[in-house]
Order: sequence, then C-alpha cells, then structure tokens
Amino acid sequence: MSALASVTKAGSCIDDIALKVEAGDRIDEADALRLLTHGDLNEIAYLADLRRQALVPGEAVSYVGGRNVNYTNVCYVDCKFCSFYRHRDSDEAYVLPTEEILDKVQAMVDAGGTELLMQGGLHPDLKVEWFEELLSTIKGRFPEVQLHSLTSTEIRYIAKRSKISLRETLERLKAAGLGSLPGGGAEMLPDRIRQELAPLKETGAEWLEAHELAHDLGLRSSATMMYGHHETLEERVEHLKMIRDLQDRTGGFTAFICWSFQGPGPDMEAPAATGYDYLRTAALGRIYLDNVAHHQASWVTQGPKIAQVSLGFGIDDMGSTMMEENVVSAAGTTFRLDALEIERLVREAGYEPFQRDTLYRPLHEPGTDSPARLALTS
Amino acid sequence: MTASSPTSNPTLLERRARRADLADVHAAVLDGRRLTREQGLRLYACRDLATVGSLANVVRERISGDRTYWVRNQHVNYTNICNKGCKFCAFQVKPKDPRGYVMSIDDVRERIRAHLHQPITEVHVVAGINPKLPFEYYLDLVRTIKEVRPSVCVKAFTMIEIHQIARAGKMSVAEAVKELKAAGLDAVPGGGAEVFSDDVHEELFKAKLDSNQWCDVAREVHAAGLRSNATLLYGMGETIEQKVDHFLKLRELQDETGGILTFIPLSFHPDNTGLDHLPPPTGRQNLHEIALARLMLDNIDHVKAYWIMISPEITQVALWHGADDVDGSVLREEIVHEAGATTPQELQVRELVERIEEAGRVPVERDALYRELSVGTVPEMATEASA
Repeated sequence: MSALASVTKAGSCIDDIALKVEAGDRIDEADALRLLTHGDLNEIAYLADLRRQALVPGEAVSYVGGRNVNYTNVCYVDCKFCSFYRHRDSDEAYVLPTEEILDKVQAMVDAGGTELLMQGGLHPDLKVEWFEELLSTIKGRFPEVQLHSLTSTEIRYIAKRSKISLRETLERLKAAGLGSLPGGGAEMLPDRIRQELAPLKETGAEWLEAHELAHDLGLRSSATMMYGHHETLEERVEHLKMIRDLQDRTGGFTAFICWSFQGPGPDMEAPAATGYDYLRTAALGRIYLDNVAHHQASWVTQGPKIAQVSLGFGIDDMGSTMMEENVVSAAGTTFRLDALEIERLVREAGYEPFQRDTLYRPLHEPGTDSPARLALTS
Repeated sequence: MTASSPTSNPTLLERRARRADLADVHAAVLDGRRLTREQGLRLYACRDLATVGSLANVVRERISGDRTYWVRNQHVNYTNICNKGCKFCAFQVKPKDPRGYVMSIDDVRERIRAHLHQPITEVHVVAGINPKLPFEYYLDLVRTIKEVRPSVCVKAFTMIEIHQIARAGKMSVAEAVKELKAAGLDAVPGGGAEVFSDDVHEELFKAKLDSNQWCDVAREVHAAGLRSNATLLYGMGETIEQKVDHFLKLRELQDETGGILTFIPLSFHPDNTGLDHLPPPTGRQNLHEIALARLMLDNIDHVKAYWIMISPEITQVALWHGADDVDGSVLREEIVHEAGATTPQELQVRELVERIEEAGRVPVERDALYRELSVGTVPEMATEASA
C-alpha cells in the first residue's frame, strides 16, 4: 500500500451529501467513505462546521485543565503501537506510590486544573481494592477534582484479576470516586485490524460493552479512534458506526477524539499519518457522529498548527492542558501547550476560549480569566 | 454588494460564501474581476478560513489546475555580514563580528561541486549586505556556479543586494543588472520586500530599501528580461491594512511589468531576532496569508507554500488554500535555520511528492522558470533520498 493512508480524488463531488448535512440529516457509511476520499478539504470543513454549529452553536472553544498520571507502566498486553509499556521484570517497570500521585494531583490543582486522567498498563498485581483505596484517598484529599480515569481496558482487567463482574467493578470504583471514563483503548474497534494491532487487548465488542455498562451506571465517557496504521478507510467508518450506534442507545459519550498512530512502535512499521489526513478524519468524525456533542483536537499528536486549523473542521474543544504526558512522548512526539498558548491559538483563529470541567461546564464567566490562566499569570 | 447571480439553485461554494458574508467576493472571483481593498480587508477579517481558502482555490485551479510545482534546489548564502540591522533577522552579523563569514569564490565552487551527484536544477543565492565585497565578486559568483554546473538556473540576489551590487560597481541598477545577466543570472528571488509600509520600514528595517525603491529595482530587473519573485514577510505586528496595501502595490507593479513569477508569503520566525518576544505565526495565519495572496494578486501566476517556514503539515493543507508550489528539496537553508526552524534540512523529495498526491494534487517538478521537468512520481527519487 501507499505510504500515506490514501490518495484522494480531486474531482469528486459531494453536493448530495452537503444537502443532507445542510438539512441536518444523518449521513450513511457510503457517504462517510466518500468524504474520506474527497480531495477538497475545505468542503469537508464546511460540513463539519455546520454540524458543530448545530450541536455547539457560537464561537466558544473550550479546554480543560488537567494532567495525566500513569500510575504504572507495567503491562502484559504487548500492543504493537505502544512505546510506553514495560514488562513486570523490566528494570524500568514502576508503580507510583500513593504519596507521589497525591503530589502530582496537588500540582495540578495549584495550576488551576480539575481533571485527573489516571491511566496505566495492565498490572497483574493491582486488584480492585488497590484502586478503591487510591481513588478514595485522592477524592478525600481533593473532593473537587474529577477522576476522569481508567480506560475500559483497565477496568475489565481489574474485574478479571479481582474475580468480580465488570458491573460490580464499575460500581465499586464509582463508589470510590471514579467520575468518568476516558476513551482510550478503543484504538480501532473492528475485529480484523484490532486483531493485528492488539490481539491480547479486549475486543471491540468488549470495549463497547464496558462503555455501555458505564453509561448505564451514570458514568459518562469519551470515545476515541487511533487511525493511521494498517486499517482501511472502510474500517475507520465502521469504527465510527460502532460509536454512533452505541451513542444512539445511551447518549453517554461526552466527546469524540481521534488521533493518528505515533510510530513506529517497537514492533510496528507505519509512516506517520499527515495533518491533512487528521483534518479530514476529525471532520468526518464530526459530520458522521451527529449525536456526540463535543469533538476534541489532539494537539499532543498533531501539534499546535494543525490543532488550531482543526477548529474550522468541527473541533470545539482543545482538550486538556495535559501537564504530564508520558505515552505519546514515549513514541517521540513532544508538543507542549499551556493554558496561555491554548487560549492564544483559539483567539487568533477568531474563537473565544474558556476553561471547562470534564462535563463541559464552563468554570468561569465569559470575558474573565480562567483558573488555569490565573494560576499561570498571578 | 450583490450576490453573483439570483439563481434558484446556488452552488455549494455560493452558499458557503453567502454564509461567510463573501457573496460579492465569490461573484467577483467567478467572473474574474479584481478584488478591492475593502474586500481584501474583509477576507482577512473573515473567521471562515475554509471558505476564504475555497475562493482562493478557484483562482488557483483556474491558473494551475491540480498541478503542484516543486523544485530541487540548492541554497548558497555567501555572507552573513550585513550593515542593515533589520530587527527581524537572525542571520545577519555586524561587519566586525567574529561570527561573520564570506564565502570565497573557491568556497562557492566547492559547495556547488559537493552536490553535483544530486539532480539540482536551481541554485538560490541570497545573503547579507556586505559593503566590503567588490562588484567583481558578484559576477564571479554567478559565473562560477554556471561554470561548475552549466545546466542549473541561477536565481540570485534580492532587490536590496542588486542595489548594493550597483553601488559597489559605481553604476546604475540597470547597468548592474545587465552585467549580472551577462554573467549568467537567470532569475531574481523575491526576498527583502518585507512589508510595503513606511511605518514598518521606519521601525524595523529603515536602513534597507523602502517599498518604492524595491519596486524601482524590480522594474529594472524585469526590464532586462529577467523574472523575479516577490514576498511579504508577515507576523511582525503589521496590520491587515498594511498587508492589503502591500498586495495592491505589487499588483500595480505586475500590471506594469508582468515580471513577477511567484509570490511567496514569508512566515516570520522570531527566535534569535530583535523581535523574539513575538509568538510565531499560527497555522491558521499561514493558510490565511496564502489564500489572501492568491485572491488579491490576480496577475501573478504562482503562490508558494514554503514548507521550510510553515511546516510540511500546513503546506499540504495550503494546496487547497491557493498555493500551487511547495518549493522543494533544499540543500542548506541557513537564514531560516538561524531563526530556529526545526524542519529537517533535506526533506526527502519522496515525502513531499507523496504529500502532494495524498492531497489529491498532481506533483510537477519544475525548474526556476517553471519549465516542467516531470509530472507525477519521480522514479530516481531513491537516489536523492539516500544521498
């Protein structure tokens, strides 16, 4: 196959799809596939902006103050695209002590942050009690912090190691303070590509099942897609369909975030997908997922230039200030943006930035300084 | 302001233009009518970049279709010594600075020889204004490049350098251009125009040619039958009025001479300059500047997305915002790299061509004068990549 995902067609016409989107109608999978190979990026941007305006009217662009904490890098799953994990017997294997995690949360709170994205590898020794203890300790010390933590992959593994059901695990973690689930671990949901990428990880159906269960228990979550490896464009569309179908049932997804595989991983060769590919993929996410309100930019993988440009492609959220990021940077990508720079990029694009919480509620009045800005400037 | 035509079925682009309050621009672009200053200002202020980009794309496709030009070139920056003191420059050093260098003619010969195994078609020569260099040096420089590599186009000396060369030779600009042309000069790059504004000139580059002088030198270059490029350096705090006026002045010059081949919006790199407190232009701005240039400069054939300055990522997107040229494989680029550009110096041609194709465009290798050398994927690219 070509090094890049696919060559687009300059002469294609999408007027019929445009009429659907202008009328507020849903597009189907065949339409989605045509959009992915349509050369004129700006026509796709227009359709994505129409959808954004329908669901998030106006010029506001949000971001959340938050940080990553990777409580362990021990993992047995051997995903080919991952540069972060270590085996348990590696010299570089770690599990963070609770005190260190609390210090990191304190630093986030001091920086005006509200969202703790705690994720880690699948460590065989960490059972539900360890997580209950950790979550309740954090929540006890920082009741206002949202624990937007633990992917469904981790939760399923905790259930397995603890020999309890997935539902019981989710209930116990929620009772301990878990606020919502990040969307990581979705990667590519369709079977064929998932089998190639991450054969030992939960299946696509299991990922969807866990999120459905979480939504039923009142936990919101986000949905993600990691594209740009060996998947076909049909598989990208199929992935989006699985998310849209679940969202039709539960309405539990707050946001959709896509990013390109950052390679090469230890066992995987694939050229990095381009910013052009990102823009059309993110825009397609917005156009196709007409039932997911918010769409986040992935500046950590795409860089500030493309992330800013994506605001015209249906993106209404710049994601997290991400005080600490270890997974993507392990693959060599090292973009860093603080709240001031995020706000500058948003303003220069003609939009109005504001800081939100995990559930997309504004944390300050329009025109006033955000907590994260105040923390950086005072 | 009127909509283009009161048809009952407006096209997709027309609907988009109406939504962006650009119906009149849409009508003018489709009819091939020239845009006004007011329309330029409105296009700059428009938040709907995608629609601005699509309007620019109409002009781009009318001129170049899907063709996207690239070139294999080599840069020679023969001296970094400069007496102009422009605040936005990270490359210059003062005449007595220990970091100063001047390439001897032998150095230039070696530099050209060093890349003889690579299929270069253009040598791009620009440098500081070093008053110590004699007139003969410039002629020798051009002659030497032509002697070592007769097949290349020598695209050398910005307008300010030509002005200095004339001064060094104690002759008129017209005479100096004639001598340079006789020595082998094929074309003139577009740098040094900066921003055509008296205020910006006074504040940032007052020792350099002002806009009228720049245009005067360009007139002589074009009168001698040489083509040149033109530029706008943006991101230094200039206003949109100043930028639109810059376009209008260039458009007027081009009406008069027809000698401008390509317009290149230059994105300011603040690191290591006297303006390093400024943030660099954003990706949106890179695209907006390209689109505006394409829309306002209706009489200039090509608009370049210079990937070294704006990143390969934005360059690819720019192919739908009015750009029909990406520059190319560059060997040595000292001026921008002094200012902190992190792009690898030798982007593989393969990647560039693949990016053009991914964006649904047709890559065309050109020489400095836009003569087409090959269309599509180039088979001998592997040699270039492994060199």
